[in-house]
Amino acid sequence: MEILQQLTFLERGIAAGLIIGFICPLLGAFLLVRRITIISEALSHITLTGITAGIFLSQGFVFLSFLNPLYTGLFFSLIGSLLVEKLRQIYKNFQELAIPVILSAGIGLSAILISLVNTSYSEWYSYLFGSIVTVSLNDLLFIIITGLLAFLMIVAFYKELLSISFDQEFAKVSGISIRRFNFFFSILIALVISMSMKVVGILLVGAMVTLPIAASIQIAKSFRQVIFWGIVFGEVSMIGGILFSYFFDIATGGMIVVTGIGLLLLTTIIKRSKEYVEHKLSGG
Amino acid sequence: MGEKKTPYAIEIDHVFFSYGQRDVLQDIHLKISEGSFLALVGPNGSGKSTLIKCILGLLTLQKGSIKLFGQSIKKFHEWNQIGFVSQKANSFNSGFPATVFEVVSMGLYGKIGLFRFLTKRHKEKVKEAIKQVGMEEYMNQNIGELSGGQQQRVFIARALVSEPRLLILDEPTVGVDAKSVQNFYNMLRKLNTEKKITLILVTHDVGAVTEYITDVACLNKCLHFHGDTHEFEEKQDEMMSTMYGHDVRVITHNHDHDHHDHFHDHDGSDLR
Repeated sequence: MEILQQLTFLERGIAAGLIIGFICPLLGAFLLVRRITIISEALSHITLTGITAGIFLSQGFVFLSFLNPLYTGLFFSLIGSLLVEKLRQIYKNFQELAIPVILSAGIGLSAILISLVNTSYSEWYSYLFGSIVTVSLNDLLFIIITGLLAFLMIVAFYKELLSISFDQEFAKVSGISIRRFNFFFSILIALVISMSMKVVGILLVGAMVTLPIAASIQIAKSFRQVIFWGIVFGEVSMIGGILFSYFFDIATGGMIVVTGIGLLLLTTIIKRSKEYVEHKLSGG
Repeated sequence: MGEKKTPYAIEIDHVFFSYGQRDVLQDIHLKISEGSFLALVGPNGSGKSTLIKCILGLLTLQKGSIKLFGQSIKKFHEWNQIGFVSQKANSFNSGFPATVFEVVSMGLYGKIGLFRFLTKRHKEKVKEAIKQVGMEEYMNQNIGELSGGQQQRVFIARALVSEPRLLILDEPTVGVDAKSVQNFYNMLRKLNTEKKITLILVTHDVGAVTEYITDVACLNKCLHFHGDTHEFEEKQDEMMSTMYGHDVRVITHNHDHDHHDHFHDHDGSDLR
């Protein structure tokens, strides 16, 4: 705790960034194989509703003025995640429907709440596009705790989640409870989305769970490699993004995403040229 | 607790099943002895897969009872004693980033438990299962890069790795080329005779498997026949026509010819 207090604002931002750069691709690997990376978009927008609700409450009621909007963000994200899972069960044959429903509900409610609260443009800007310089001690603690929780959940459920993602029927026959793990997985996604929000921003959280994994799947042969390279690319995007944004004074989230896209392009080129060389060698 | 000694791997008693108004299984009685290699035969929509799903606990029984190794299915927890290879097994997402080793390890995941990872012994078991199906060269290959027959072997290994006493295969050779099919059945016979694993093979094509199996059960809503292969061969023409409702021919295969037109249903399409 004391060590954390001694950190400068920039060091806090970097610490938060490194945690997020580690956890997001770890979750992203499972979202990828379950083909639901898009869920991060729906949840980030419902998290925005939670953030605005938090600001609204802290401004409207004196006794709630201590409230950090990240906590209400997490709360809404959890509810949103469970609703997505519920909607996916209801619309069994149109599971993707859950995403636009929750996403638009999130934006709609946010718009209403934003019009009710009195907050500067720059504060919204940092929530939407992320900012490392505004990471407070309280925010960092939130990120550490949720990050640790998410990490433990992934370690605990790694095998089960992988088996369910690959072949649900077999997983069930081998004695794994699908419903229970889908529930835990929903909570896990909500945790990761709400913890990442402060640094990469609501509009760009999805990029952090998708881009590193999109790059790593180009070169990975096994699921473990997908995770390993995903984390490497996640951290590189984070550090690269933070450095660029600090030295050129531009939006952190934007630079993190651009670095991620750069890595994606790079791995695609490497893969293509490797295939080209192999083709040349075998084809004579 | 009180697991009764019984010579049967599965005892199905008085089982009915329907999807809404549509009856799929009617009053099924079937006892499958341990150590047998049973072919479960029937036309499309005859309830074969439904019966299998009941046995595996994927569907809840509406009426009747099933015992697995002498224990009622409601109280049965040792699912690792039962291996399953689904009909849909190789319709997985072929881009799935997993190696053969990773896929086969999934067969152990159900029994290892939370927070634990594969130990050295587990890894040995996985390698052994892969060797059993003759896929050791492909251990670190991506599953999506293999041929249909090779993938099917990997899925058998995944079912074998938990060392089951009973292995259930639901039309495992769909999409597998003829040459691999023969090797595949040879491998199954070896598992049955050497490892003493009870096998249930769901198939359209009983003619292709008669030389490997010990028993046959014919299902079309009701159980039309259950007996050993000799009995079946004596009665098969009569059996097949009552079951399929018209005249069908069963051609028993020889090893060396590989064309596969056995049953023809009324519109002449291949039932296989």
